[in-house]
Amino acid sequence: MKQPALLSVLAATAFAFAAGAALAQSAGSVQSLRGADVTDAVPVEPVFHQEEQRFERAYRQQPPLIPHTIEKYQIDVKANECLACHEWSNSAGRGAPTLSMTHYVDRDGLQSETVSARRWFCNQCHVPQVNAPELVENTFKPFGQ
Amino acid sequence: MSDTNTPRPGLLRRIWRFVSSPSGVFSLGFLLIVGFVAGIVFWGGFHTALEMTNNEKFCISCHEMEENVYAEYQGSVHQNNGSGVRATCPDCHVPKDWGPKIVRKIKASKELYGHFVTKSIWTPEKFEDMRIELAAHEWERMKKTDSQECRNCHNFEFMDFTMQENRAAANHQQAIDEGKTCIDCHQGIAHDLPAGYLERYKEVVDQLIEDGDIEPPKPKGDAVAVSRYLDGPAAN
Repeated sequence: MKQPALLSVLAATAFAFAAGAALAQSAGSVQSLRGADVTDAVPVEPVFHQEEQRFERAYRQQPPLIPHTIEKYQIDVKANECLACHEWSNSAGRGAPTLSMTHYVDRDGLQSETVSARRWFCNQCHVPQVNAPELVENTFKPFGQ
Repeated sequence: MSDTNTPRPGLLRRIWRFVSSPSGVFSLGFLLIVGFVAGIVFWGGFHTALEMTNNEKFCISCHEMEENVYAEYQGSVHQNNGSGVRATCPDCHVPKDWGPKIVRKIKASKELYGHFVTKSIWTPEKFEDMRIELAAHEWERMKKTDSQECRNCHNFEFMDFTMQENRAAANHQQAIDEGKTCIDCHQGIAHDLPAGYLERYKEVVDQLIEDGDIEPPKPKGDAVAVSRYLDGPAAN
């Protein structure tokens, strides 16, 4: 008594499942939230990483480019983490280039032992480079080209 | 009756007599088993209570933590990174070993005093004024213990320098050679740095050396060679 009942339930389930699958196949393409067909490959946007090299200057007065990542380095009114290595008093121990001495001169031409306030925000002039396609068209040519 | 002449012993003495006299009712086995089970229950309860105060949710239940340090921690590498591993407040600020953990927890009761009574970091402005002191405490603890909380995950011996940025690899090798510890370079990795942080850090280290809590730094490779040269053959 019990065995046939179980079998028929199983059969009914299998039939319902197969019918559902067939119905789904015939219902046409599924709408994708991303706008692409479900069978299309949706590539992940490429991530462009920091270039780590010493860069040639594109023109003589160009502020040197930063050859390492500066992500999460704090440069604000309170602290400047760049100076932990690049300040004249730390650079030898850390094997880092020292700031140009022009950075210790204030607007009145007075020299000081600490970085001039107007030179405090390094990344106003010095920036890291990433080998990524340009976001806007750019016709800049380096000096001499 | 002799009882009427001698005075009744004091409360402490009566308690001591009750505790020290052998039980006439319970069997030794019963006492052992009940004691054992009660021990497990009480220890487990203590441990559970301790752990309840040892997670991020508990930490940021105080607005001082949630509005200042927790907000700064957002987006830092220990909160948001490629591998999906997170280090939360207690991972860096509470030692893992039992002894130091309890010591830290007892010290933390001062933080409750600060929160409820003195309100010393109640507003963002007050927090900002205290920031360098608070940071100095953490630097001191880290420097003293060879950055023990960092070492729970990061270890010089487990680092593959070939997989690091060249700059990082060179600096880590230098750090090993000079006997440095994580916090010597990595201050402010999860929270904002206060003004004059490097000078204050040097003061903290100098104080620890003066107090004899840590070894003075090893002379650098070149410095050893130079001093040997300057001392001349007599010194060798």
